Amino acid sequence: MEMYISPEYEVVRDHDRCIACRVCERQCANGVHTFDADSGRMVADSAKCVNCHRCVCLCPTHALKIVKSEDTYKHNANWDNRTINEIYKQANSGGVLLSSMGNPNPYPIFWDKLLINASQVTNPSIDPLREPMETRLWLGKRSAKVERDARGKLKNTLAPQLRLEVPILFSAMSYGSISYNAHESLARAAEELGTYYNTGEGGLHRDFYRFPNTIVQVASGRFGVFKDYLEHAAAIEIKMGQGAKPGIGGHLPGAKITEDVAETRMIPQGSDAISPAPHHDIYSIEDLRQLVCSLKEATDYKKPVIVKVAAVHNAAAIASGIARSGADIIAIDGFRGGTGAAPTRIRDNVGIPIELALAQVDQRLREEGIRDEVSIIAGGSIRSSADVVKAIALGADACYIGTAALLALGCHLCRSCQSGLCNWGIATQRPDLVKRLNPDIGYKRLVNLVTAWKHEIEEMMGGMGINSIEALRGNRLMLRGIGLNDRELGLLGVRYAGENM
Amino acid sequence: MLKEGTFRNPSGCAVVGVIDRSGGLMSGEGMIEAIEVMHDRSNGLGGGFAGYGIYPHYKDFYAFHLFYDGKKAQTETEEFICRHFEIVYSSEIQTRKVAGVTDEPLIFRYFLAPLPQKLSRSHLDEREYVARCVNRINAQIDGAYVFSSGKNMGIFKGVGYPEDVGRFYRLEEYAGYAWTCHGRYPTNTPGWWGGSHPFGLLDFSVVHNGEISSYDANRRYIEMFGYKCTLHTDTEVITYIIDYLVRRRGLTLEETAHVIAASFWSTIAGKEESAREQETLLRRMFPSLLVTGPFSIILGYTGGLMALGDRLKLRSTVCAEKGDLAYISSEESAIRRIQPSLDRVFAPAGGEPVIYELYDKGGLA
Repeated sequence: MEMYISPEYEVVRDHDRCIACRVCERQCANGVHTFDADSGRMVADSAKCVNCHRCVCLCPTHALKIVKSEDTYKHNANWDNRTINEIYKQANSGGVLLSSMGNPNPYPIFWDKLLINASQVTNPSIDPLREPMETRLWLGKRSAKVERDARGKLKNTLAPQLRLEVPILFSAMSYGSISYNAHESLARAAEELGTYYNTGEGGLHRDFYRFPNTIVQVASGRFGVFKDYLEHAAAIEIKMGQGAKPGIGGHLPGAKITEDVAETRMIPQGSDAISPAPHHDIYSIEDLRQLVCSLKEATDYKKPVIVKVAAVHNAAAIASGIARSGADIIAIDGFRGGTGAAPTRIRDNVGIPIELALAQVDQRLREEGIRDEVSIIAGGSIRSSADVVKAIALGADACYIGTAALLALGCHLCRSCQSGLCNWGIATQRPDLVKRLNPDIGYKRLVNLVTAWKHEIEEMMGGMGINSIEALRGNRLMLRGIGLNDRELGLLGVRYAGENM
Repeated sequence: MLKEGTFRNPSGCAVVGVIDRSGGLMSGEGMIEAIEVMHDRSNGLGGGFAGYGIYPHYKDFYAFHLFYDGKKAQTETEEFICRHFEIVYSSEIQTRKVAGVTDEPLIFRYFLAPLPQKLSRSHLDEREYVARCVNRINAQIDGAYVFSSGKNMGIFKGVGYPEDVGRFYRLEEYAGYAWTCHGRYPTNTPGWWGGSHPFGLLDFSVVHNGEISSYDANRRYIEMFGYKCTLHTDTEVITYIIDYLVRRRGLTLEETAHVIAASFWSTIAGKEESAREQETLLRRMFPSLLVTGPFSIILGYTGGLMALGDRLKLRSTVCAEKGDLAYISSEESAIRRIQPSLDRVFAPAGGEPVIYELYDKGGLA
């Protein structure tokens, strides 16, 4: 017996407006809309709808909307509709539940409980429209020796660093999980913005070798890792974990492993790409050091190495180990970070918020006197420029954005990436869908988004009387908590709103 | 209200400094006259002076100036000092009663030499040894505060208008080749003697006018290197930054200025290649020591003074020269008061250090 599950959302059509042009039918890869010749009207099967809003956005007469279904089981605070439906699904299939994008559950969002300072009277705010306002920074080690040449000039003893014009990078999203056009959009936008995008663990398509601002990932599956891959990178990221699914490896369904993706990943076409949970050559921190050093050796010590970890309970101690492993940058990914596919239970229950992990990691590295050994990139649901400002004030050097970037490309957070039927041409490999995302437009929208955030960051910095992003880093007196308890304030290292400097 | 030092305390201020580059000695009276002109830049909650070359007879010994809340703190501190130093000479610092200066703590002076065995067992450089002892007294002995610890220099400070504080300490009786002075306008303190400026560590002294916006970024960074910002003032953190960069990392004062008040990237891009490389490198090496927000400081050190303002020039600084004498001040009026005719008067650009040193630094520690 297959239990019928009533759809969560319903497609509602205003038949007075609908002209039966059938755009919705052509646009929906899920087959929701069909034309009923007998009645001459469009009909919709809500059971197939993922609520991606493609039809709503493209309907020329605005005849469509998607609403939450009123159908409900008997109200129960313990057994809500979603919980019950998941039981039915598992009883139907016997499988692990899969989800996409970030944890949607109502956990506390600490960004929204932090408030930013501004100057009044005793020191002036700075007007970014009239004065220089610096968002440039360098990522990498800063623990250089002061050495001089024969003429007394300082020698450059710094390890390789990445130069960023904005404190924002595009986080790892693999070719395979997202489309060629999405990747091209990210790469071109990063180049124009003076920042970096990240290949994820899907290898690097040869067409993108021309971009100088690629961060390549080395993950537990080692997909697509070879000499050319490393050589075309600005930096190399070892992916130990991901906020959406700490403790497990990547999941890319075989349906998304097309010929091109297979070649880039160096795996057979159509096979599921399930990377191992751990790196099988890294069972300890000293093993990590060996991989860091191997990658540096392979690239002649010319590229910074990033180690990306999921924010988990012991984040501070793990970061301390990484800072002593030879890595140049630590990327910490909070539990609200996105994914192209993850087991639902893991996505929704494993890991901790980036705000707490970041605050603890930064504090711990300072207490140990090794904050200069690494830069910190924070990710895992950075939703706005205000989140960026707060993250940097807590101690981050820069932020990764993934979900926000996909939203700029058209994503509507329907959280169905694992199906490979993304109507927006992002999380799909179907050529007819991929071509809906025009990289000329997509890259421009990404540039717009980050440029807008940059302006907002500059306004907030100016308000605080700060004219370099580097003077904001770790400047926790610029933050105050609201609606937080003493323990939370202590972990974040901030005072309560209204408390003096 | 909380005692000062338990919270962050920004303040507006007046600063002035003078040096005779030929090494001639001046009494502290000139500084008192100069700072008096800028009376309205202070609010009676703090004033202080630093004099260089004032202890020629004890120039080889560290001169500690201490505030004690009571005899208990003094006993405890002197026991600590005896465990770590030989006391060459000690006495109460001579003061006179002045109407505007009240509630003074016990104020003592010690000339000290580190105990050789203790020093060698510590495996520390002598100056680091002394600096750590100062930090320990200030952080660990309740009611004791070392406010001056350099050789052949001394800081004199208290609560009151600076001119009153200067007369309280009988500065007309001291003679030095360089002086700095500070009048304080704190915005949220009842006034604590230790919280007044100059702030000093070893022979560095800093007087500062401003309220920096990078404070917590600077503080959290510098505390990685063993400094403890117990006063929570801008002056304290700036002094530690200078000490760290100059004494511990070996940067020159100009290089230090390019870290603290770094030129904007756009300015650096327009400089000639060598300067561009060096300044870029300094910004990449020490980005967390960039100080933003308004400040103008005068750094005093053995043999010289340096004026430095923030890179947007949000606080005024005027420099002037008359023969061997060089002056730095928040306002030109203060200089004119003690030297009406000047050879040269100029306002340095934001972030541009102005350094005046003795022509002959020989014989100085």
